Amino acid sequence: MRIDQTKCVACGNCVAICPMEAIYIDPRTRRAAVNLDECVECYSCHRGMSMERLNPVAVRTIRRALALFRLRFDPEPDVCPTSAITPDELTWPRTVRRAFSDVTATHESTGIHGRGTEEVKTNDVTHRLGLGEVGLTVELGRPGLGVRFDDVQRVTQGLADAAVRFEQKNPVTSLMTDQATGSLNPDILREKVMSVIIEFSAPATDLPRVLQVLRRLAGEIETTMAVGVSVRCDRGGGTEVERMLADEHVEVVRAKTNLGLGRPDPVPATASSRGA
Amino acid sequence: MTHTLHRFGRRADLAHDFIVSVMPAKGINDADAVEKQRAFVRAALKYHPVNVGDSKRGAAFRPSKTLNPTAHWRRDVAPHPNEVVEDMDQVTTVSAVFDNYEAVRSLVAELKELDLGLSVNISGLPEEARRCCEECHLVRHSVEYSLGFQGRTERLTDDRTLLLTSMCGHGMVGAGFARKMQEWVRAGRRTPKEAATYMARFCVCGSFNPARAEDILGRVAEGR
Repeated sequence: MRIDQTKCVACGNCVAICPMEAIYIDPRTRRAAVNLDECVECYSCHRGMSMERLNPVAVRTIRRALALFRLRFDPEPDVCPTSAITPDELTWPRTVRRAFSDVTATHESTGIHGRGTEEVKTNDVTHRLGLGEVGLTVELGRPGLGVRFDDVQRVTQGLADAAVRFEQKNPVTSLMTDQATGSLNPDILREKVMSVIIEFSAPATDLPRVLQVLRRLAGEIETTMAVGVSVRCDRGGGTEVERMLADEHVEVVRAKTNLGLGRPDPVPATASSRGA
Repeated sequence: MTHTLHRFGRRADLAHDFIVSVMPAKGINDADAVEKQRAFVRAALKYHPVNVGDSKRGAAFRPSKTLNPTAHWRRDVAPHPNEVVEDMDQVTTVSAVFDNYEAVRSLVAELKELDLGLSVNISGLPEEARRCCEECHLVRHSVEYSLGFQGRTERLTDDRTLLLTSMCGHGMVGAGFARKMQEWVRAGRRTPKEAATYMARFCVCGSFNPARAEDILGRVAEGR
């Protein structure tokens, strides 16, 4: 993303808008500018801000005139008055930034938008996760810090060492050059994105061990991680995982529940029946 | 849908914050999903959601690309949920946000009758989702539990700002903007409702809860 210097009037609205705080007012040019190393190409500024398309020369003149009288216009805070925010043509490996940061972008590897994975929200029809298994989603960079792929690789390599089974229909898995080691494509390691979701499954009995591994890995990265634990319920809608999490002293205050309305699932899938 | 899962807050903060969403499974039941997605939104609108959205085309609160200068004094802050239905043209995730349990239960009961054949999820307090299943005579299929945040949490912004920004799980509502809105509300430059609406416009998928944001900002305005 870049700011068209011929249009920018340095109102500063986009500075606050940027989720990565990558936009600043350059004191030398007195225009807004983008720190491209920090920008994750999320398009929040370009897509989220309303646009006025005012004449930049007229706006600057009015602002200067008001300043003479020590007056300042109180603009709407989510508006770019001169439509100065301009997307760049992205090339590899920078394209990976937009793929993992712009919610409207579709991941080529999975064909899914957002963070590129269906997780268990379609488990009632995909049977992605069976009885006796737990699925884990480890979202790095959330909330609001962002993450570089060298940090992602630290976690994927640590998880590979712990012998987890990476989900195949996941964009991070598709970027691995070797799933046995958790190594990622070296081209992307310094690229920064809004967040990524590493997704894997393990036998439910392994949950305490996996959580211990994640706690250790969380201490080795420069960002935050948000962990989700997924489980397929039994015929009565119950699950042992709540008790297991309580044993781990984890207080759960939020969850997403798949209601099973995709279509009835006549035979509950099990890990063994799916060849896992 | 982890974008709705990891909302920051204690149980009391999250008690009036539910997201009901539908999602087709790629390659399985997505062939004729767009009209079913529209049917979901139409059903949801009967129960007065505080936001609805389509991850591809936008939510009930959306930016305008053709504002004129009078907008600075006469800005439209009303949601436009019908635009979500009208603009929906591709397979996507569709969400409706509610601030009360009764509306969620009523919608789920209707979705059960409609039998759209798309996966339906409730994101919220797990015991409330389970209660909803029991009252609608459904057996929950799968659950994903949020274990919260770990790692370099000291780098995160302050807790009140996180309450606001984490309502857009895709990270489109920046901490700087949320802090600015709190300052403006505190200074009386904007009402909590106006400030909540500004933030909601950045959340493309419509999972941001403007009613909860207004409540949080109302406490800021009162100095609490």
